[in-house]
Amino acid sequence: MTITRRNTLRALTSGVAMTLLLGANLAYAADETVKIGYAVAKTGPNATGAGITTIPNYELWVKDVNAAGGLTMPDGSQRKIEVIEYDDRSSNEDLVRAIERLATKDEVDLILPPWGTGSNLAIAPLMDRFGYPQLGVTAVTDKAPDFAARWKRSYWMLGGGHDYAVGLADVLKAAVADGKINNKIAMVSVADGFGIDLVKGARLAFEEAGLEIAYDKTYPLGTSDFAALMAEARDTGADSFVAFSYPPDSFGMTKTAQSMGYNPKVFYVGVGGAFPIYGKIADGKQEGVMSIGGVDAASPAIKDYFARHTDSAGAPPDSWASAITYASLEMLAQSIERVGLDHAKLAEELSNGTFSTIIGDVKLEDNQLRDLWWVGQWQNGTFVAVNPSDKDGAVAPVIPKPDW
Amino acid sequence: MIRLAIALAALAALAVVPMFVSEYELGLMIGMASYVALASAWALFSGHTRYISLATVAFYGTGAYTVAVLNETLPYPVVILCAGLIGAAMALLVGLSTLRLSGIYFVIFTFGLAELVRQLITWYEVTVTGTLGRYIFLDLTARDIYWQMLALVAIAIGLTAWINRSRLGLALRAIGDDEVVAAHSGIHLARTKLFAFTISATLITLVGAVASPRWVYVEPLIVFNPTVSFLTVIMALLGGANRLWGPLVGAIPLFLLFEWLSVNFPDTYPIFLGLMFIAVVFVLPNGLLAGFDDLRARFGRTRP
Repeated sequence: MTITRRNTLRALTSGVAMTLLLGANLAYAADETVKIGYAVAKTGPNATGAGITTIPNYELWVKDVNAAGGLTMPDGSQRKIEVIEYDDRSSNEDLVRAIERLATKDEVDLILPPWGTGSNLAIAPLMDRFGYPQLGVTAVTDKAPDFAARWKRSYWMLGGGHDYAVGLADVLKAAVADGKINNKIAMVSVADGFGIDLVKGARLAFEEAGLEIAYDKTYPLGTSDFAALMAEARDTGADSFVAFSYPPDSFGMTKTAQSMGYNPKVFYVGVGGAFPIYGKIADGKQEGVMSIGGVDAASPAIKDYFARHTDSAGAPPDSWASAITYASLEMLAQSIERVGLDHAKLAEELSNGTFSTIIGDVKLEDNQLRDLWWVGQWQNGTFVAVNPSDKDGAVAPVIPKPDW
Repeated sequence: MIRLAIALAALAALAVVPMFVSEYELGLMIGMASYVALASAWALFSGHTRYISLATVAFYGTGAYTVAVLNETLPYPVVILCAGLIGAAMALLVGLSTLRLSGIYFVIFTFGLAELVRQLITWYEVTVTGTLGRYIFLDLTARDIYWQMLALVAIAIGLTAWINRSRLGLALRAIGDDEVVAAHSGIHLARTKLFAFTISATLITLVGAVASPRWVYVEPLIVFNPTVSFLTVIMALLGGANRLWGPLVGAIPLFLLFEWLSVNFPDTYPIFLGLMFIAVVFVLPNGLLAGFDDLRARFGRTRP
């Protein structure tokens, strides 16, 4: 290159530009953000669950943290959260690719998990390979101990089907012993992963509890007419009606029971029973309905969380996995404050640390949250926790349920 | 000969790509390769005969489910072989009973087939094995999957090229033009269609089998997702289903477009998908490649 005026000028300007850029970079570094990515279902069959339990809590947490100045680092400095989100279209293939994108292209500091058991399992090997801790909340699986051992940085925080079935058996057994209900149970379940897991656990647990399963039918996913099923269940003379169902089914059965005047002494539905919308579905007559999950409704932290969630998302959270999702994020923030963003240290802290969250003090056992509510019940407009009955905040169940 | 050399060189170049790209880009390549393989395999039967099949996901899902059921008991190559055999057997069964249907009846039947297979598997798992949802724990890296998928692409396109030149291709084209005429010219309709349908379905089954280890967890609702069938059809039609490279030309831009949309417009993606469907049918009924030819014919008449 010959030295001409133009070339000199060009070199000079690019030099100046470089300096400016460098300066901008340095200024930026002082105010660096923590990049957090997630891929959840915004469209497709998983979008309902993700839209109720996962996304509103991620958004609320990010808002809360940033409003407080950001995530606190071990040195006391604060860094704001920058979110990168993708839609996995409820497809595992797209989900896997989105995680690869977050890890290798966006190079995010942390990845939050998707909604659903299948989705969490699909990304577990990848998260493990890239070294990210995976706080799997919305995954119900009896194999959690195996998975936690297989992927050392995975955490499973919602128990397994067997746990929920045993919890319900406990409640019913106590009611039988008190002479409140007969020992017959009519049970229906959805023919899908979740329903199968629970009903398998329930058959065993009910038998061990000395309860008689008078009716045990499975219905296909997407069923919308439950009249025949419930008429048969009523005819068995069982005092307890138990459905391991998905939200549309839980809602449909509630409507059907009301319109046919079916008033079992225990009315239990699966997912959806703890949704805030359930009261409206039941026409305000949800009193006494039992379902999965529950919260310690008297706890001030939970009350405050419900209020903030309502403010932020326009609706209260569901009373099962929502609070646990938020608590898992609090655990993450507290771990970062103690050990920073290094993945290995973070994982160790999450496994061994004790955290103060909206659901109380949390300590994981073998990477699993075991201190959970198994059965809840609508009482006076709130979905309260009734089992385990010896856990702090448990309320005595109302049996028999008042008529619709 | 030169064309073959170019194709082989391209294949060799694609095979070394994993050495130079990030995991995400490799994931993109896998996605692209799967859809190119699906669309090419689909076009192998549907392109010439003009039988629009929506059964893609029935076979794709069956492949994935076979791997999920067998991966812990058999070595991987045997599992893949089983998947291919199961796919072929299923295609023969389905083909024998349905290839006499034509037009809209065939479309509806194939759409129903995917649902039928899903419900059958669900019923079996619920009543017989008592579990739903299976795990695939195979030590396959993304590269392994990519190479296998690339091989399937090569096989699908290679087979199409061979069929196009053979008597079978001629027979299929004749069937697509007019079945009655074809029958009168001495073409054995059922046998010809059955043969092409079985090859196509077996390839699709293998694509599902090869792709599945990336999902780890498999249940009927996950693997029998009807969007796969629709995407395959629209990709093949976009490029031109009756041309050798048509499905490839349609699959790659559409796949990239969908990826870009899902990254940038996660909330409105399905609307774009619907618009694309309509646009392809209205604007490019014969596909991109035919569209290019039309343009060339219009503006390049002076050149031979």
